[in-house]
Amino acid sequence: MFETLILILDATLRVSTPLILAALAGLFSERSGIVDIGLEGKMLAGAFAAAAAAAVFGSAWIGLLFAIAASVSLALIHGFACITHRGDHIVSGVAINTIVAGLTITLGLDWFDQGGQTPSLTGDARFTPIVFPLADQLADVPVIGLIYSELLSGHNILVYLAFAMVPLTYWVVFKTRFGLRLRAVGENPHAVDTAGISVALIRYRAVIICGVLCGIAGAYLSTAHNAGFLKDMSAGKGYMALAALIFGKWRPVPVLFACLLFGFLDAVAVRLQGVSLPGIGEVPVQAIEVLPYVLTVLLLAGFIGKAVGPKAIGKPYVKERA
Amino acid sequence: MTPRTHPYSIELKGISKRFGTVQANKNIDLQVPAGTIHGIIGENGAGKSTLMSIIYGFYEADAGSISIDGQLVSIRNSQDAIKVGIGMVHQHFMLVENFSVLENVILGAEGGAVLKQGMDAARQELKRLEQEYSLDIDVDAIVEDLPVGLQQRVEILKALYRGAKILILDEPTGVLTPQEADHLFRILKSLKDQGVTVILITHKLREILASTDNVSVMRQGEMVAHRETVNTDKEELAELMVGKKVRLKVDKNEAEPQQTLLSARELSYFDSQGVERLKKVSFDLKAGEILGIAGVSGNGQSELLNVLSGITPMASGEIQFAGQTITANAPKNAAQMRDLKMAHVPEDRHKMGLVTGFEAYEAAVLGYHDSEAYNGKVLMKRKAMLDECNERMAAWDVRPPNPHLKTANFSGGNQQKIVIAREVEQNPEVLLIGQPTRGVDIGAIENIHEQIVKLRDAGKAILLVSVELDEIMALSDRIIVMFDGAVVGEVAASEADERTLGLMMANAWNEGRGVQV
Repeated sequence: MFETLILILDATLRVSTPLILAALAGLFSERSGIVDIGLEGKMLAGAFAAAAAAAVFGSAWIGLLFAIAASVSLALIHGFACITHRGDHIVSGVAINTIVAGLTITLGLDWFDQGGQTPSLTGDARFTPIVFPLADQLADVPVIGLIYSELLSGHNILVYLAFAMVPLTYWVVFKTRFGLRLRAVGENPHAVDTAGISVALIRYRAVIICGVLCGIAGAYLSTAHNAGFLKDMSAGKGYMALAALIFGKWRPVPVLFACLLFGFLDAVAVRLQGVSLPGIGEVPVQAIEVLPYVLTVLLLAGFIGKAVGPKAIGKPYVKERA
Repeated sequence: MTPRTHPYSIELKGISKRFGTVQANKNIDLQVPAGTIHGIIGENGAGKSTLMSIIYGFYEADAGSISIDGQLVSIRNSQDAIKVGIGMVHQHFMLVENFSVLENVILGAEGGAVLKQGMDAARQELKRLEQEYSLDIDVDAIVEDLPVGLQQRVEILKALYRGAKILILDEPTGVLTPQEADHLFRILKSLKDQGVTVILITHKLREILASTDNVSVMRQGEMVAHRETVNTDKEELAELMVGKKVRLKVDKNEAEPQQTLLSARELSYFDSQGVERLKKVSFDLKAGEILGIAGVSGNGQSELLNVLSGITPMASGEIQFAGQTITANAPKNAAQMRDLKMAHVPEDRHKMGLVTGFEAYEAAVLGYHDSEAYNGKVLMKRKAMLDECNERMAAWDVRPPNPHLKTANFSGGNQQKIVIAREVEQNPEVLLIGQPTRGVDIGAIENIHEQIVKLRDAGKAILLVSVELDEIMALSDRIIVMFDGAVVGEVAASEADERTLGLMMANAWNEGRGVQV
């Protein structure tokens, strides 16, 4: 039983990683006032770019760079539409998602001729697990051994990076000058402007950070969690990250726990596949997979109160004086 | 000139600014002596705000020059303005509401990439500033929890922290109680004593006379006069602002209140957030009187108007009107209230009083558009509507008298006349009127006030809501004061003075705080 739990938690960490990265990406963007429904698209583009580059160059790290580049370019397009041209954030985000969904398959077909997939990645073209010192030797120590060797050790670098990003994000958002301006610009851009700071510049920096994190999340999907790009492999994780962001009320640590909760449900869903529960029978996987979404709606509606986002979110900044 | 090196803290020469076809500023010259409080007065749209926006770097002037302390400067953005020592307190505060005072103050002047050091240093500096000017602010308080008077001081603190030597305040007293305004002027006085130059933009003559050393008057984008404050008076300034003689007093006889036309009992209302916006409000409104409702904006006056006029349903309570009893269970909507001869001039004419895309003659029948006078069997009687609109425009002196002009293109005063004429000409028994002269030129204010008094003298009842205390005192026969959704006091107009009303508006009357001042 204990071992099962550890294994589920272990899976939770791996499943949560892209959620955490994407949700933190969204946190930067939305804290600056830019709604980002395009997390999904940026992640998918990152996944494709990473897998494609890793397949060609044989290096996961080069794949990661390409993923970040692809995702940041999309973020800049979103920024150009929303910040420079004051377009509608949702429309721009949806457009990015749609384009990426089609473009990745089209390019994949053209470049690799494998039905839209990229070639399977092996060796250095993937991020491999990092085994902590003495993990194997300690594996048999009761309780602690299993936690150390199974739960903590043996993940790839991006998992650790995702978790390290949480305190880092907290520090940046709440303890630095950039963070202060970021929060201010999402609440009242006029205050920022009159303080002599460029609203557009802060927002562009925020969407670029968002792009970088989405790119890493994408690379994780195709070059760490899986061994290649599959059609639509982001599978709604961007939207789930957005839900976690709202659920966590745009704060890094609660967002982390929201992602872990969603990841946990996902891990349980996998575990329950084909298992017959006493009294219920076999639970359809879909019923479990829908849980994160149902949970978000229920919790937001009933239990945790209103999620009030940054006040100026989604509103284009127009400099005007009466 | 005098041997002093910089006689003028700020000097403008030939500033012009055009927006499309509108010449907002025309060849403006202005000299503000160092260490004085300088008033700039003018009607809405006279170009005061545009001029200040140019000084603060929001707009670039098409022509002209700005000198600070005798040095020619170029101000292309707010950063430049801050650098040369200009600070601005905007009419709508530029504060991040969920930030602390400290965070708001250091925003843009953080003193390093990591906040810690800068914050500690700022805390020290703020303590000093705060004591020096007795601003009385807790730097760790969250701004949205502070009353507006204190929020305004945060704005002042922001400017001072950045080392402002010239402080511009744009309509600073619009949201303040008289006591808060007095405190503000004491602060400005102490700033002046420390050598800060203060520029005060306002349309309130009384403030100019009470607090400034010099005053400049703007009209239609031009600077029309400069005066030493001691050598001028209300009448002269008003005349300069408007360009013609104006009467500032409302002529009215003693009221002769008769039977009660409307009585409200324990009206309550909760907003969508569940906050109680009206707390058991009761009053009687009699024929032949003007009942003024005073209060700082946002203390339930708007909600009261909406409930009385049938726009929003009450939560509990009772209204007796025209032989009907209206309760939460037996509500009447706005159209039904109109049928009972209750007219309503809403506070916000753009949002509720007019459809700004409509032509004047269409806007002039809104709310009464189902009336037989305007309707044939199938189509509306366009000719009848136009004729009536023409008549009213003549009678109410609406300019331009063009029934086909879109209402958006009339000035504020003329828009308001269209709305008031529409309501008054229906010969109502009760008129609810909110902020009748907000954004209306002095010349038109006179006219609107006369019409309200005329309606009263015809034996109608008028409920007047206004945040302008002067207006409440000038028009009302009886005044009730609202604070936080409740009626906190009532006085006869003859016994009302600004200090008493002000204390009631701040609810300090009950708390005993400041009463002995």
